[in-house]
Amino acid sequence: MTIRHHLSDPLLMAYSAGQLPEAFSLVVATHVSLCDDCRARLLAFDAIGGALIEDADQARMAEDSFEATMARITGLPQAEPVRASRIPGSVFPAPLRDWAGGDLSAVRWRFVGMGVRQAILKTDHGATARLLHIPAGQAVPDHGHRGLELTLVLQGAFRDTEDRFGPGDVEIATEELDHTPVAEPGADCICLVATDAPLRFNRLIPRIAQPFLRI
Amino acid sequence: MTPETEQDWAALLLRVRDDADRGAFALLFRHFAPRIKAFLRKSGANEPLAEECAQEVMATIWHKAHMFDPTRASVATWVFTIARNRRIDALRKSRRPEPEELPWGPEPEPDQADAMVLQQESRRLGEALAQLPEKQRSLIERAYFGDLSHSEIAAETGLPLGTIKSRIRLALERLRHQMS
Repeated sequence: MTIRHHLSDPLLMAYSAGQLPEAFSLVVATHVSLCDDCRARLLAFDAIGGALIEDADQARMAEDSFEATMARITGLPQAEPVRASRIPGSVFPAPLRDWAGGDLSAVRWRFVGMGVRQAILKTDHGATARLLHIPAGQAVPDHGHRGLELTLVLQGAFRDTEDRFGPGDVEIATEELDHTPVAEPGADCICLVATDAPLRFNRLIPRIAQPFLRI
Repeated sequence: MTPETEQDWAALLLRVRDDADRGAFALLFRHFAPRIKAFLRKSGANEPLAEECAQEVMATIWHKAHMFDPTRASVATWVFTIARNRRIDALRKSRRPEPEELPWGPEPEPDQADAMVLQQESRRLGEALAQLPEKQRSLIERAYFGDLSHSEIAAETGLPLGTIKSRIRLALERLRHQMS
């Protein structure tokens, strides 16, 4: 997989600092699962957190703190199992499998018009995460944004006015970008999309459909 | 033994991992627990919650010692990630999606040279942080202690992150190559 479009520094830093809404964190964690470059950049941002902890003030611990911690340790079951790594042949990396309740084949799609299907993933408030299935050659309605939209390609590819986005690529769209992503011919395009404000469609019909689409 | 350097912290953590060494853990506790608690206090936790969470973070450090990889993070960095996740869980009440583990996981005998370089770079980062102008340093602290929203976070830190990044990248590449 050759990834050409990566996460930005502000996104990686906000994820490292633990400040992203869950939907955006899901996109970051999924992309980092696929991209060693962003993994290394993320670990560098984590190192800032380490330097801050090392240098932090020291709070006074409770009198019996150490004993209480040892009691917690013996009270808990030994070592949790190591978190899942890549399952060969799966389309979704581990964090996305967790949030989607399984791999691609487990997704319960709903048609939202023009052959496009979506599935909304459950996340905390502040942003929305959805999977989109766009038939090969099909366009997603022309839309602008009020906030930030992250689109991560999991399968297939799409093009818009900006560039081509293939598997593993992430497009970061801000308020300025009005775009009409079109899935490339060949394979259907599967994307993970996170938005922090409703999309703004530029044509009448999608706007009417917007409450139903929940986008 | 009073640990002074990052290598010493890593060695203590290995003793916890390999021998369930209570003495080694006590030294780690004395150093990190008060810092974790201060971090949680600054992030908005009240006194009893910060105490409870700091204990839980230390217990997690004991249980997850086998997950620590000195070629990818210093002990302080690893401790930070555990404390941060506990904060998200306890204060924001949400789950945090984590990247999947690398196929090879933490190696039982990590590359000594890789680990050494990463530890040196982490120390240098700490020094650079200490030398930043107060205003810039305070912005970074506010970002990491949870005082800024994601849209307020500017990633321009003035810190030498490039070297750490390239070191980790090289180590990842070498491992991928060995494992394939």
